[in-house]
Amino acid sequence: MLDTETLVQQFDLLACIQCGKCTGGCPISPKSALNPRALIYHMLLGGDFELVSRDELWDCTTCATCGMRCPKGVKAYDLIIGLRGQWIESGKIPTTLRAPLTATLNQGNPLVLPREDRTLWADGLDVKNVAEGAEMALFTCCENAYDPRVQPMPKALVRILRAANIAFGTLGLDEQCCGSEIRRVGESGLFEYLRDDNLEKFQAAGVKKLVTTSPHCYNVYKNEYGSPGIAVEHYTQTVARLIAEDKFKFGKKFEATVTYQDPCFLGKQNGVYDEPRAVLKALPGVKFVEMDRSRERSVCCEGGGGRMWLEGTNTKVRLANDRIAQARETGATVLATACPFCFLTLSDAVVATGHENDLKVMDIAQIVNAAI
Amino acid sequence: MKPRIGVYICHCGLNIANTVDVEATREFARALPNVSVARNYTYMCSDPGQALITNDIRELGLTHVVVASCSPRMHEPTFRATIHKAGLNPYCLEMANIREQCAWVHADKKFATLKAMDLIASAVAKVAWLVPLQTREVGVTQAALVIGGGIAGLHAALDIADAGFPVALVEKQPYLGGRVAQLYTTFPTQERVADLLAPLIARVTQHPHIRVIANAKVEQIEGFIGNFRATVRTRPAFVDATKCDACGKCVDACPVSVPDAFNANLTPRRAIYRPTPNAPLVVDATQCTYIQDRVCLSEPRCVAACDRHAIDFSQAETVSELNVGAIIVATGASAFDATLKPELGFGAAANVITSLQFERLAANPAEFAKAFGAAKEIAFVSCVGSRDATTGNAYCSRVCCMVNAKQAQIVKQQFPAARVTIFYADVRAFGKGHEEFYDAVRQSGVRYRRGYVSEVYRRGAKMIVRAEDTLIQKPLEVEADLVVLGVGLTPRAETDEVANLLSLPRSGDGFLLEIHPKLRPVETAVDGVFLAGTCQGPKDIVDTIAQARAAASSALAPLCRGTVKVESATSTVNDEMCAGCGLCVATCPYGAPALNARTGKTRVNAVLCKGCGACAAACPSKAIQVMQFTPRQILSQIAVLA
Amino acid sequence: MTQSALVIGGGIAGIQTALDVADAGFKVYLVEKEPSVGGRMSQLDKTFPTLDCSACILTPKMVDVARHPNIELLTYSEVTDVQGAAGDFRVTVKKKPRYVDMTKCTGCGSCAEACRLKGKIVDPFNAALGKRSAIYVPFPQAVPLKYTVDPTQCVYLTRGVCGKTFRCKDACKAGAIDFTQQEQCVELNVGAIVTATGFDPFNATLKPELGYGVYPNVITSLQFERLSSASGPTAGKILLGGKEPREVVFIQCVGSRDATTGNLYCSRVCCMITAKHAHLVKDKIHDARVTVFYADIRAFGKGFEEFYDRVRAEGVQYRRGYVSEIFKRGEKLVIRSEDTLLGKPIETPADLVVLSTGLVPRPETQPLANLLGLGNSADGFLAEAHAKLRPVDTAIDGVYLAGCAQGPKDIPDTVAHAKAAASAAIVRLRRSEQWTVISDQFTLSTTH
Repeated sequence: MLDTETLVQQFDLLACIQCGKCTGGCPISPKSALNPRALIYHMLLGGDFELVSRDELWDCTTCATCGMRCPKGVKAYDLIIGLRGQWIESGKIPTTLRAPLTATLNQGNPLVLPREDRTLWADGLDVKNVAEGAEMALFTCCENAYDPRVQPMPKALVRILRAANIAFGTLGLDEQCCGSEIRRVGESGLFEYLRDDNLEKFQAAGVKKLVTTSPHCYNVYKNEYGSPGIAVEHYTQTVARLIAEDKFKFGKKFEATVTYQDPCFLGKQNGVYDEPRAVLKALPGVKFVEMDRSRERSVCCEGGGGRMWLEGTNTKVRLANDRIAQARETGATVLATACPFCFLTLSDAVVATGHENDLKVMDIAQIVNAAI
Repeated sequence: MKPRIGVYICHCGLNIANTVDVEATREFARALPNVSVARNYTYMCSDPGQALITNDIRELGLTHVVVASCSPRMHEPTFRATIHKAGLNPYCLEMANIREQCAWVHADKKFATLKAMDLIASAVAKVAWLVPLQTREVGVTQAALVIGGGIAGLHAALDIADAGFPVALVEKQPYLGGRVAQLYTTFPTQERVADLLAPLIARVTQHPHIRVIANAKVEQIEGFIGNFRATVRTRPAFVDATKCDACGKCVDACPVSVPDAFNANLTPRRAIYRPTPNAPLVVDATQCTYIQDRVCLSEPRCVAACDRHAIDFSQAETVSELNVGAIIVATGASAFDATLKPELGFGAAANVITSLQFERLAANPAEFAKAFGAAKEIAFVSCVGSRDATTGNAYCSRVCCMVNAKQAQIVKQQFPAARVTIFYADVRAFGKGHEEFYDAVRQSGVRYRRGYVSEVYRRGAKMIVRAEDTLIQKPLEVEADLVVLGVGLTPRAETDEVANLLSLPRSGDGFLLEIHPKLRPVETAVDGVFLAGTCQGPKDIVDTIAQARAAASSALAPLCRGTVKVESATSTVNDEMCAGCGLCVATCPYGAPALNARTGKTRVNAVLCKGCGACAAACPSKAIQVMQFTPRQILSQIAVLA
Repeated sequence: MTQSALVIGGGIAGIQTALDVADAGFKVYLVEKEPSVGGRMSQLDKTFPTLDCSACILTPKMVDVARHPNIELLTYSEVTDVQGAAGDFRVTVKKKPRYVDMTKCTGCGSCAEACRLKGKIVDPFNAALGKRSAIYVPFPQAVPLKYTVDPTQCVYLTRGVCGKTFRCKDACKAGAIDFTQQEQCVELNVGAIVTATGFDPFNATLKPELGYGVYPNVITSLQFERLSSASGPTAGKILLGGKEPREVVFIQCVGSRDATTGNLYCSRVCCMITAKHAHLVKDKIHDARVTVFYADIRAFGKGFEEFYDRVRAEGVQYRRGYVSEIFKRGEKLVIRSEDTLLGKPIETPADLVVLSTGLVPRPETQPLANLLGLGNSADGFLAEAHAKLRPVDTAIDGVYLAGCAQGPKDIPDTVAHAKAAASAAIVRLRRSEQWTVISDQFTLSTTH
């Protein structure tokens, strides 16, 4: 039986006053049985809780809106992650999760692709290994490294950093999954293994500063790796700084009306709202427009928290589809984002809603690269 | 000389102007007889509004002024001062209430305007007959009476005494501290009440300007602000304190057993008893069979038991008369009688107790451990006797949420294994540090479940608490070993007595009524009488103290000044018409008229008279007139409306 | 020598304290930083639960302080230094230049009519909903009713020239406008000091998910007061952009009970303010749909629960659940929350959203607190000497607290607190004067 008392202590649920702000703001709750407040109440009351009948627990995208807005500091998403952990421990791992978890352990990525293929994206780019001496290490998300749909993004970033004369390198084949999503599906053991292993590799390579392509990697390194003495930046922060320092010139115009999807792990969870916008606004030709729901009020694309591998209980309504409609309302022709998950979910949604001709999903790195 | 009247019509922002055509009304007023000038303005009470009036008085030589605005209760003093400043007698003013009696109660602008015109016309008709009156001052007895020796009375007495004025503090019980003395700890700081109260009481009893009159009752109050005379009857202790060594043999000997009210009726006491754990022994005359019926063996058993001959049934009541200038009423509140909610099982089962009983138990560690030590599940019930139309108490008692929280925390701290649940509808943690305390109490493991408890009944040794958890919409049955009812505060049973003693009105909730709920929370309808603490409505300790000191501040004004102004528009008696029937004497709520023994006719004490007119209405021979409301003035008002 | 008291802050707390101390026969200096006394209460429309018009009950008190022979009003002034100790404080007060000669100004308003910036300056008294001139009185019932030039806005004072000729100066028939005025300092010797510096409303932009500052039809409760007030920018009509809302939503606990803003405390008044506002909407727009989102309704004061009952009976819907976010869909605002009593996330459409903003300490109180040596409670308000027993005393002898400077309070609790501070001050002043003990004169007789 579920040890609710321990969960209550572990996640500080006694602070909860059942105000419902978590459920009210949850992007998933309107389309799913997921109700963070009711979950907390269940834990507080104790008693029977049939975990494995609660499929909606896998609907959570860990966007963290619930925790960010909680007036009493409760992090409902952490409770959900904890409950997933108990579920995983019981051995009844959802089928679509099995392969990614196994592959992450064995191959260092959840995409079930060979470890030695990790650097294929950089073929021909002549990217140095950080151990050869570099001021920063570029950390590519597994998605960016392996998925051809988002491989252009790190490639673009390499060109941007070179244009600014930044000495950078990668970890080469020592790079592996950061563990952010692994932790969020509840596989805390595997996460801890990845964390320790990665920290060892960073140390061996002498990494002092890490620039990530994905907000998810950024968040996990910044907030969940302890404080290993490594400075972490999301690349939009790096690029915004380089632009502010006048480190490179834009040779071309990027003529487009652009709006921007705040990745939850960058915006809501880490308060990085201004840098991506500063980058877009600095680009010649760009007309930047905001969606109504932006920044703190942005909406999740439904790609996080393991949802890349889990369909969720309600596939009829997809948040990314709504997001496309909202982006189109602004009159934008380009929907920019700065996260491989956002990029993939939104790209799928553009196609699914039949708007691939009037709205283009692009990563900020690609847009910047196009203007250099 | 013909009167020269100025009429001033206030828009009151839009309060009046929205419903009354103020311009048409002004034109109408200008044309009325004797009116020299009529003006309207956004806010007549503002400085520029008042300047309009004073300028006109000076430049146009006005003799009388009509202000058509709000109720005279609101601004009559303002405009009296205004015309006085410009040299007119302040009583040459008449207010036409076109706000409360017109604009606020009508929607149709046309008819509201006509009504406003009528009201103004009648005010103009009356004002011409108004005569100048003199404002008068009377001296003040620079001493105060505080009724009630609880936390409110103690603080009010201390401030007045610290300011150098003698204070008589009359307490009905033989001890000081009142309701608060029964409590164990305070919220949210969990300080021992005894530790807080002892130094306070010591300061009061040792204060050179405070005379504590305990075990006493104020029987009668006569007079008026600055000049009250109170009659106080003090019951004797029947124990000679100089001889008594508090050995307690008398207590053991006493055959009487009654519930100990101080201990919230949890334990019995004798007729000779200690009112509080550290108080000197007294005999409760209402319970002592010897005093009541002169029977208790041949010699009272307590007397026989006392080696030191300290018990003295020859002690007699004393009656004191006090002259004071101001009175503070601090008579406190009662705990709601939980038997009035029979469905909650209080009285029927020993393991259903009130929050006041909890305090008494908690103050006694051994008893507390006995009652709570073995309990696995403890339920706290909120709003017992508050927010509850079935009990007639619609109001919130303001303290019970935090009392529940504090008591739940005490249980959790002493018996961490106990499951403690608080049933509630809204948690009202509004004071300084209260929400933070509520946070801490939840952190200590106390569970809050939203839903009022519907019934409590016995199943075996356990109590079943039935409620709906409204957050999961499920009816519940919780098995509890102990149920604590968070009882509300109610007016004391003697509130009527106090109200009658001082002619104080009560508000809808039964507590004593302040004169204005927003801006005059301690003043009453009777000048010189002020309210402190829970007699005015439920309050926690800190709010009670603030209010008690506020009452002290109000009382200090006349005491410091040494004189007060009194009403000038009083009633007068035409001796030739007075038949000496005495109806006016019986009618007057303030005791102003009295029959003169020599002449057999009524004389009105102008200082006591409030000018209410009750006597004039009662007088069958029309011998009494109230200045400002003479028949000629009133009839002329009516005539224009006819 | 007769002792005097200093009261800092001319809101209802300061006014009440000043009146009580003055009524007891002591001289009182009442220092107010704004051009008029009145404070926050002067911005309110009606008061709960009696629905008394705030101006109607406040104005007489404002007039009283101005007229009281024992009170000296120092408006548009600030305390800059405090030396000495109880019984003998030496206080420096800076009188800011009004650029208007108080002895000449008649309050006629011709200057404001003439001002080049008429109708262009955001009016803080109207909670930024209205506009005024650079020369102004904060509100029509201001005491004293003397105009003041806003030095941060006046074209002449900020740029050195105002066209060829000063329009205000030309318009003033009394010749009251005087741009040569300088700041003045006065020294006061007082025996006791009462701090009644009040509160600020919570800055709602700190809760970005609620869309304040993004949507013009998301307003704060203070703005609602001004909208509802007859002397406000819409003359008392609930209008936004000229339109009357049909669906109105009220949101409780904005900036209160909220760790995300650092304000853990309950602001004590917002529940009832909202109940009052909900009533006013129903009163002014009969068929409006009014919804209040809350977690606990704290209707604790005298007559409050009864008022809450009345408002629900009028058809105001209370739904339990804090609002999580607000966005726009078409012309309507959409309010997202969970109805915790149904256990369902809900979306509620609205034309007008009123954020029931909490009370926070005024930042400008802090330097003053430092001057006086006062401490702060954990919540940032000024600390009283003892949480239970000494609500108006401070750690400093002769310095007392009144009203919301010590923590959120409604009007009656503020008045009681202010009067308590007055009592403390009177006691202190009389002690300093070494009054002779008045003999025990009140016992007439005792009989057995």
